[in-house]
Amino acid sequence: MLALVSPALLVILALIVLPVGWLAWQSIYHDGFTLENYRRVFTEDVYWRSFALTFEISLAVTVIALLLGYPVAYLANSVPKGWSILILSLVVLPFWTSVLVRAYAWLALLQRTGVINQFLRYLDVISEPLALVHNTFGTVVATVHILLPFMVLPLYATMQKIPNDLMQAGASLGASPSLTFMRVFLPLSLPGVLAGCTMVFVLCLGFYITPELLGGGRTVMVSMLVSRNVELYNQFGAASAVAVVLLLSVLAIFFVVSRFISLDRVLGQK
Amino acid sequence: MMRTSPARMALYVIGALVLVYLILPVLIIAPISFSSARFLTFPPPSFSLRWYEQYFSNPAWMQATRVTLTVALLTVLIATPFGVAAAYAISQSKLRIMRLIHMALLLPLVVPIIITAVGIFFVYAKVGLVATMPGLVLANVMLGLPYVVISVLAGLQSFDPAQEMVARSLGMNRLRSFFAVTLPQIKSSVVAGGIFAFISAMDETIVALFISGGQYQPLTKRMFTALRDEIDPTIAAISTLMTAASFMLVLLASTRQTKGG
Repeated sequence: MLALVSPALLVILALIVLPVGWLAWQSIYHDGFTLENYRRVFTEDVYWRSFALTFEISLAVTVIALLLGYPVAYLANSVPKGWSILILSLVVLPFWTSVLVRAYAWLALLQRTGVINQFLRYLDVISEPLALVHNTFGTVVATVHILLPFMVLPLYATMQKIPNDLMQAGASLGASPSLTFMRVFLPLSLPGVLAGCTMVFVLCLGFYITPELLGGGRTVMVSMLVSRNVELYNQFGAASAVAVVLLLSVLAIFFVVSRFISLDRVLGQK
Repeated sequence: MMRTSPARMALYVIGALVLVYLILPVLIIAPISFSSARFLTFPPPSFSLRWYEQYFSNPAWMQATRVTLTVALLTVLIATPFGVAAAYAISQSKLRIMRLIHMALLLPLVVPIIITAVGIFFVYAKVGLVATMPGLVLANVMLGLPYVVISVLAGLQSFDPAQEMVARSLGMNRLRSFFAVTLPQIKSSVVAGGIFAFISAMDETIVALFISGGQYQPLTKRMFTALRDEIDPTIAAISTLMTAASFMLVLLASTRQTKGG
């Protein structure tokens, strides 16, 4: 049996465990043991601001995705089967479109001469094009778009398991629909909320293509810090330290969440 | 007829708006790709195939397309048997360490891709695999493995291993009984896993940005570089073709999966 897993395991060891280990080593060793890279990451302004911005954006994206995703999951759960299949298909459809293709689409929609600005001017709503992209706004809009399915799917899976009887029991005891929702449905859907929020937040922390293409160079997320240190400045130690801090943040989040819900629930979606 | 409550109406409206937000960007690319305008103009002035011509007549785009398709195909051919073997072992073995191995095989989904990409770049730089075809394929095999493992494990869950025992008690060896009894029953999830690995290799961008170069640059890397500079409608044409290809493959994978197994 071990012989059967070994080819796959070897690939994983050689191409993810070894490289990540290499990064960790490189972050503390350069002609001798050093913590200089970490000191820089934690004290230099550029790094701090980038980490702070990344966490802010990830938090904003998670909250927006929850606010948009919850009603959609609820709707898919409360309509007849045919409709719910249609809704879920529409949710996963963009999921299977390349992230790059979607970045292009958002550029085409949001840029100064883009579809939305052209349309608004065509309708005479605005006289000057709005700055919708090459800023944090554009990054957030496109990132939420990419991560929304990761929110909707675990929410829907959790909501489906909530027995309808409970809602009827609430109603028969005289509670209004909104009270039954607040006291019965919402609490029972919280594991799905936690699973969805974790996935969206963690994936957002490591986002690269979307902020790089839609952020216009001003929205420097942590991943861009890593790539710039490698590609532009040849600062491999600094890049490695940033990568290690990012990875540890992700693992810490997974660890904390695993205390509340099973990780299978979080990772099961994709 | 029951009247729809205001809360319910609001739910329908919000749901519809969110779905439009999800779908609109996917739908907007096709009309742009068929527009004759050099720059994005709304409404599009007229219909044209010039961006498709530009794509198909450009040797650099064509070379990148060949690289992408070759990498994706080789990835499937390697990741699928590796993944199937691993999933089979994980589902059959009672060894404690299998749980750990199972988790290790899902690591590519957990580690942020930018970290994986930079890490692989450093390792490849040491062993001379940067800007080579084998390096590109190997990285994509690693990234595609979790999809095969997840899909095949799901398929094996509904398979009764007693059937294979029967075949073996009738004198087949383990390998033959697997190919004769087990594989035909989990074929759909194997194919689905392979298709997901193919799509993942076709779409992969970030690792390619770091480790590919020279003549072995996949489509996504060239698209990324092009997108950084300007919004060339040729990319709309390529995007439309890529999206159509992904959807056809997903459709194929999901009809396979619903057939059971």
